[in-house]
Amino acid sequence: MTHGTPSAPPARPSASSQRLIATLGGFGALAGLLIVSVFVATSPRIRANKAAALAAAVQEVLAAPDRYDTLYVTGTTLSPTLPAGADADTAEAVYLGWRGGAPAGYAILAAGPGFQDTIRLLFGYDPASSQLLGMRVLDSKETPGLGDKIFKDAGFVEQFARVRAPLVPVRDGQGDGLPNELVMITGATISSRAVVQAINTTLERIGPIIAAHVPREPQP
Amino acid sequence: MADLVWILVSAAVVNNFTLALFLGLCPFLGVSGKVETALRMGLANIFVMVVTAVAVWALNTFLLPSAPYLRIIAFIIVIASLVQIVEMAIKKLSPALFRALGIFLPLITTNCAILGLAIFSTNRGYGLVEGVFFAVGAGIGLTIALVLMASIREQLELADVPDAARNMGLVLILAGALSLAFMGFAGLFSTA
Amino acid sequence: MSPRQPAPPSTEFTKGLWRENPVLVQLLGLCPALAVTNSVANSLVMSAAVLFVLVGSSLLVSTIKRIVPSDVRISSYILIIATFVTMADMILEAYVPVVHKELGAFVALIVVNCIILGRQEAFASRNPVGRSLLDALGMSAGFAMTMLLMGTVREVLGSGTFLGVSVFGPRYEPWVVMILPPGGFLTLGVLLLLFSWYTRRGDARARAASSGGADVEEAA
Repeated sequence: MTHGTPSAPPARPSASSQRLIATLGGFGALAGLLIVSVFVATSPRIRANKAAALAAAVQEVLAAPDRYDTLYVTGTTLSPTLPAGADADTAEAVYLGWRGGAPAGYAILAAGPGFQDTIRLLFGYDPASSQLLGMRVLDSKETPGLGDKIFKDAGFVEQFARVRAPLVPVRDGQGDGLPNELVMITGATISSRAVVQAINTTLERIGPIIAAHVPREPQP
Repeated sequence: MADLVWILVSAAVVNNFTLALFLGLCPFLGVSGKVETALRMGLANIFVMVVTAVAVWALNTFLLPSAPYLRIIAFIIVIASLVQIVEMAIKKLSPALFRALGIFLPLITTNCAILGLAIFSTNRGYGLVEGVFFAVGAGIGLTIALVLMASIREQLELADVPDAARNMGLVLILAGALSLAFMGFAGLFSTA
Repeated sequence: MSPRQPAPPSTEFTKGLWRENPVLVQLLGLCPALAVTNSVANSLVMSAAVLFVLVGSSLLVSTIKRIVPSDVRISSYILIIATFVTMADMILEAYVPVVHKELGAFVALIVVNCIILGRQEAFASRNPVGRSLLDALGMSAGFAMTMLLMGTVREVLGSGTFLGVSVFGPRYEPWVVMILPPGGFLTLGVLLLLFSWYTRRGDARARAASSGGADVEEAA
């Protein structure tokens, strides 16, 4: 709303409703034209940005595969084709990496409530050995200087390249040295635990589906 | 169910719309002089937010998937029209309620809290029920912030504040203190 | 508020910088001023977006002001502003995706930024195109100055960096609260107090000088 309008606008005779509708309609058309042209001009670049960001993340969590395939989660199976009626941007997908002709693990998205807001991350997973291959935080609003160590602390992040699922969070110095223990960040245990929780919950649901899937190189 | 409660409480105190997300500052600074007006503004906001949440869900489900770039325009038109309609409806159905809330309703149209609610709800992909819980939580949070600030300002009227400081600067510094206090709510629902 | 005799064109520009600064004097557009000033880069991009929307809308509104019936003028303005905001949002997402993600919903919230609608209603709808352009540029410049000032204070104190470049060296312990919401409120509050003290002092001096009979220009 305007704050302190000094005086009324110059008086204009009240217009007929046809004129009102025509004016608004005209502006609507102009608005539509402008928006659609900018949309058409920018959407290839926006899509390319998103694909590049995802590709970079997958490269990191699967330790540099040669390439990767997108597999959509359809009920209880994975399929390279979109399920009928689903939207490519919102359908749940996992990414199967390939290195030298052999499967190099699955990159899976996970999300869960952290200290401040939802944390979104991508992690690499090898179903044969139940081992994680890497983790990258995609979206985080955790407290700067504390919670944001979940992606700034290299020591914390590189644990995700060796730890085995299901993850068990332990405090620094405690724990029995088991292969599925994950040492939390001192002073940011809630954010660390949120990451662990997100991964465990997602694996509970998707793990069996992935284990049952037989990777097949798509025919060129 | 726990998810829904988390959404509501998180929107109300952990990520308070005014003190953490900086939305709804125009009414916060303009209307928070008296506790009673603040309370009424807050309640009017809750009402409009819930109605908006339903409208936004309808838009996102039926209209916008085919034209995502029309999102901003569609939201603002719907919000403006909704507020008009709600105002007329309240005037007809309950003159008493209209007298209590009435003048605040037009002010809500360009209130960034309502549009902010619509956008956050969309970005997080909330369905109908989640959206309504989110709206209620956000409205409650807004009301809490408004009423708290109003109570402090009412006391401030009688305090010995230097003339040069009797303006919005002081209100904002107070808001900073409130915001700092509300940061204590972070991690409320975490299983730590 | 403004004098009725036509002011020289340059004042249409300069008034936005100080006398009628949209944030510090008119207290408009506070939501973005607080939310995105946690880093200088964010402040710059947001100022650019507001410049684009304000100048575009002012030009368009001033051009079509005679053909818009008074009854639908607010709706038309909102439609025009929303169009420009949508375009700005898409352009930012295409060309600066990282900053766009940090700005988040606040680019879209420019639609309800009172500065924009306020200028259309108070100025562009009743002034020629040239002056409206100057007014829009001045207001955007004033907004940008304030945003940059706040952004600098918050980033330097809160992260120890300026545009990502470390200012104090590695041993600086960042005052983290400055990049968090309370820091935003505090910074703007202190800025407003300082601004108000400074202008009151200038006005008091001018009053003292003119009451003493001296022929002096109004200070500051």
